[in-house]
Amino acid sequence: MTEARSAAPEFPMARGRCPFDPPPELGRRLREQPVSRVRIWDGSEPWLFTRYDDVRAVLTDPRVSADPDLPGYPSQTPGVKARRARFKAFIGMDDPEHAAQRRLLTGDFMVKKIERMRPRIQQIADELVDGMLAGPKPADLVQALALPLPSLVICELLGVPYADRDFFHRCSKVLVSRDATAEQSLAAAEELLGYLGQLVEKKIGDPADDVFSRLATGQVATGAMTVEEAAAMGQLLLVAGHETTANMIALGTVALLENPDQLAIVREADDALLANAVEELLRYLTIVHSGRRRVALEDMEIGGCPVRKGDGLVAATDIANRDETQFPEPEKLDVTRKARQHVAFGYGVHQCLGQPLARVELQVVYRTLYRRIPSLRLAAPVDELNFKHDMVVYGVHELPVTW
Amino acid sequence: MKVVVDQSRCVGAGQCVLVAPEVFDQREDDGIVLLLQDDPAEELHARVKEAAQLCPALAIELDG
Repeated sequence: MTEARSAAPEFPMARGRCPFDPPPELGRRLREQPVSRVRIWDGSEPWLFTRYDDVRAVLTDPRVSADPDLPGYPSQTPGVKARRARFKAFIGMDDPEHAAQRRLLTGDFMVKKIERMRPRIQQIADELVDGMLAGPKPADLVQALALPLPSLVICELLGVPYADRDFFHRCSKVLVSRDATAEQSLAAAEELLGYLGQLVEKKIGDPADDVFSRLATGQVATGAMTVEEAAAMGQLLLVAGHETTANMIALGTVALLENPDQLAIVREADDALLANAVEELLRYLTIVHSGRRRVALEDMEIGGCPVRKGDGLVAATDIANRDETQFPEPEKLDVTRKARQHVAFGYGVHQCLGQPLARVELQVVYRTLYRRIPSLRLAAPVDELNFKHDMVVYGVHELPVTW
Repeated sequence: MKVVVDQSRCVGAGQCVLVAPEVFDQREDDGIVLLLQDDPAEELHARVKEAAQLCPALAIELDG
């Protein structure tokens, strides 16, 4: 820890003893000082919003921007800042540009279309569990199931060869690292974007039934998008499409194994209760744990706090999901509670595009894994697990399990 | 209860479809919200209200 140059504490903050709970200091702020200044890596001091209502207010306010190029925008890491200044996908745009790009994809991720993928996702889950059962014990659940399942699914949906997974997993790991330098991050992005750009160009001449082919023929070939823009969009989808779900599968499994009464409910749950359990795990774990970043476009007041134009804003969805005004006894994992109003997918126009896919993947995996391997247990004490404190998306690096 | 949806605001998150599929659907080509009925029966009101509260784009308005 470097010596503080001001009273504002460093953000992100350190977690406490429970690996599933947000940092204790965030909880204290939610109770005692719900809007406050924090200091981030570049020395700037954005406002931190912790209350559920304030987080939703920040993320829906039209006077608030998600554009990382604007002065005052509180970038998550040096890498994010370096990359976004060069390759911008719609997550860093405001409407109407944001809406125009997002709408090229909303059809592919709509609830009905994702639901049609459920049998294929089930088949993948079964094959991966077969492989795990046939292999040695203990196994690393991350490599055996949590990472391959969403990677394979997003590859099929986008039209990215799964055979190239070692390459894009390696790039992706750098892109979500809190510790990577700007140079490392930029290099990983260049490498991945170059690869995705070549893929898009190939699909112009040889299209298939996948998202990249539709972008290639519908947007790039017509001149509506450049190859680089399509590649930036593809990178967002590919990285977001597997990092998040993979971490929810592994960390969700740790949380359930540590709460056997809840695991028993999930194992026996009907479809509706299973869907609810997924919402509660999303709320409880909120793996996107670095806050949603925005910047104020004008002087205004949010959550009783006077915000000036150019002030950075951090909407801390992880602690907002522990706000007891919305979730009584918020520190309790209760898969039967009403939880789907959580903000784990964010809120506002940037709320996760892939959420229907994430939901179906998690429903399929949790049920399949715990039913097919009822004796599943951790092969290492929970406090010896390697938690992803160093990543923008939380989870575990490895998960040794046995049965 | 009168339900109004603003298709220009919709971001296709699909929350409304999951909560109240009797009332909300998504357009096949771009996933944008489709209102199936603008005056839903009383037993659907609670779920329609929840859909309006969940909508991240604030694209669902209720009257009554």
